[in-house]
Amino acid sequence: MRARPRLKNPILRTRQPLTPPMPRSRTALGLTAQAAEGRFSLQRCESCGQVQYPPADSCRACLSEELLWTPMSGRGELLAHTTLHHSNDPFYRERLPWRLGLTRLAEGPVVVAHLHRDCPPPPAAARVTAKLDKAGRGVLVALPADELGDMSTDPRHGEFSCDPEHRKVLVTDGKSRVGQALVRELAAAGAAVVWVGQAEPWKKYAGQDAIEKLDQATVVPLDLTDERGVKRIGAEIGGRVDILINNAELHRTQGIAGSAGAELARREMEVNYLGLLRLAQAFGPAMRARGADGGASATAWVNVLSVYALSNYPPQGTYSASKAAALSLSQCLRAEMQDAGIRVVNVFPGPIDEEWNQTLPPPKLAPERLARDIVQGLRDGVEDLFPGDVAKEWLERWKDNPKVLERELALESHTA
Amino acid sequence: MNGLLQDLLAGIAADKLRVVDLTHTLSASFPQLSLPPEMGQALPYRSEEISRYDGRGPAWYWNNFTLCEHTGTHFDAPIHWVSGRELPNNSVDTIPPEHMIAPACVVDCTADAERDADFLLTRERLEEWEAEHGRIPAGAWVLMRTGWARRVNDPVAFQNYDEIGQHTPGPSVDGVRFLVDERDVLGFGTETIGTDSGQAQRLNPPYPCHYYMHGAGKYGLQCLNNLDRLPPTGAVLFTAPLKLEEGSGSPLRVLALIPA
Repeated sequence: MRARPRLKNPILRTRQPLTPPMPRSRTALGLTAQAAEGRFSLQRCESCGQVQYPPADSCRACLSEELLWTPMSGRGELLAHTTLHHSNDPFYRERLPWRLGLTRLAEGPVVVAHLHRDCPPPPAAARVTAKLDKAGRGVLVALPADELGDMSTDPRHGEFSCDPEHRKVLVTDGKSRVGQALVRELAAAGAAVVWVGQAEPWKKYAGQDAIEKLDQATVVPLDLTDERGVKRIGAEIGGRVDILINNAELHRTQGIAGSAGAELARREMEVNYLGLLRLAQAFGPAMRARGADGGASATAWVNVLSVYALSNYPPQGTYSASKAAALSLSQCLRAEMQDAGIRVVNVFPGPIDEEWNQTLPPPKLAPERLARDIVQGLRDGVEDLFPGDVAKEWLERWKDNPKVLERELALESHTA
Repeated sequence: MNGLLQDLLAGIAADKLRVVDLTHTLSASFPQLSLPPEMGQALPYRSEEISRYDGRGPAWYWNNFTLCEHTGTHFDAPIHWVSGRELPNNSVDTIPPEHMIAPACVVDCTADAERDADFLLTRERLEEWEAEHGRIPAGAWVLMRTGWARRVNDPVAFQNYDEIGQHTPGPSVDGVRFLVDERDVLGFGTETIGTDSGQAQRLNPPYPCHYYMHGAGKYGLQCLNNLDRLPPTGAVLFTAPLKLEEGSGSPLRVLALIPA
């Protein structure tokens, strides 16, 4: 557990967000793509088996171009270390001294990594992980070998993580089972404040009293279809929100043939797609301005999408389309939040165990599990989260061949 | 100018006739009719800015709004209900304009509704009202005053849901039959979100006010405001819905003229 960050003197200028240098080669972005999902992978040559670092277009040993990104064990030995006391880069100048080291991985290559404060001087065993830095680039971080948890004991922790501890969080729909689980999980994770969005206040829900009794919870009226209402809440609390978790959604289950007219699909888009747009306009600017605001700065924006955003699941065809639209818009938001150092996290759950999936057979993702994975994902600093086995399996099938997955899903919907 | 109209204007100018606005302000937080979520839903009122003296339109301010035909203070036409679907002139664009100006009888059920949110206005109560105020004339609105409009800023109290549904007052089956069959009224108006009571899906027939009124070509008004400012008889209502093609209803501004 971290100490509560010191309160900031409000008459001093708010530090403006900076990011480490951004440009990377296309090949090197492969490391970023892996780190975005929380994996540390390097290129392994299919011809000679050599693992190489830094990433390159061909194998340094045999010149083969058949290179496959392969997960690393992370085990290694710290060979050398140094501490930077000077940098020409504004981001690092603010954060000096900064510790770096060379680590030889069990798989062979020697890598440059940021060093955790507690790494003993070389020679020493180390555990290397891949993280996203404030610019959203994949970087390597070496931890002491016996460090089991994350790196929350390091004061530089915040540069690679979006830990909700001591932070103020908005959950846009606190009524759904997922929303309630998120509020409870955030409270347990030490969030300072959890704003609980509630639409249609006259509709009571099971669990309402327990949620509203939580010390950290403050209910706010929030209906993503209401532009003025979203703006009003944005004005009231937007300058204090450190983490925004947008889990509000309209989930109905129909394709095209099973529905009449566009009214229901329009309502799905109103919440799932335009709701995200309204939120981003109302909360984005204030959050961007606070990307480096003291010890508990604005740090992350989480969109709870669906694995159906990747490929349409015909029995829930219009819902899938709205989530695909939200995914696309979320990529725009991510690009716009990047230079403020605010991480946009997309969550792609498979079917959740909730009322609109009542007739789907298991396995279904428990809302509590989803909430746990989201909070852990924030701590780990990942950018794309596929909670549960179904989502992970879809992702693998989609990566392997999106066209094949499309055909499989069409077939599933005929047999469903 | 015609003398009658001149007298009317002079009466308003001299404060001998007063104009009462029976309409609630449409806002995003105005409570909306809620059906089981798997059914189609009426859209609440939403307004989005087109421009506000800014880059989107430097010298002008305007909004686009969306809503259902049955959002806020609104009018129900006979075509709204299956019982009125085959009637002539049954949609808001075809109903005769003469029907848009009509007298109103106001039945005060405030105390009853305070005692019992599920209060039903029966034939017996209507006959008691007639004994005091005279026979309900053909072609008149009958407005059920319950004080419900006072709850409008508290959507939870206005909707008044519990685990078996909504609890709001409305007319009973025999009350509706009496007004339709024996009094030939123009329509029925309420302060609540529907012309029927909150539990009316459990009456026989379900939603009797919708069923019988619209089946007989009568109209409905709901979410009315300021009924406490109307006399039991003597008010004249102006109820012109928007002229929506084949519209089943329409939000509207309801005005009443009353003697001072």
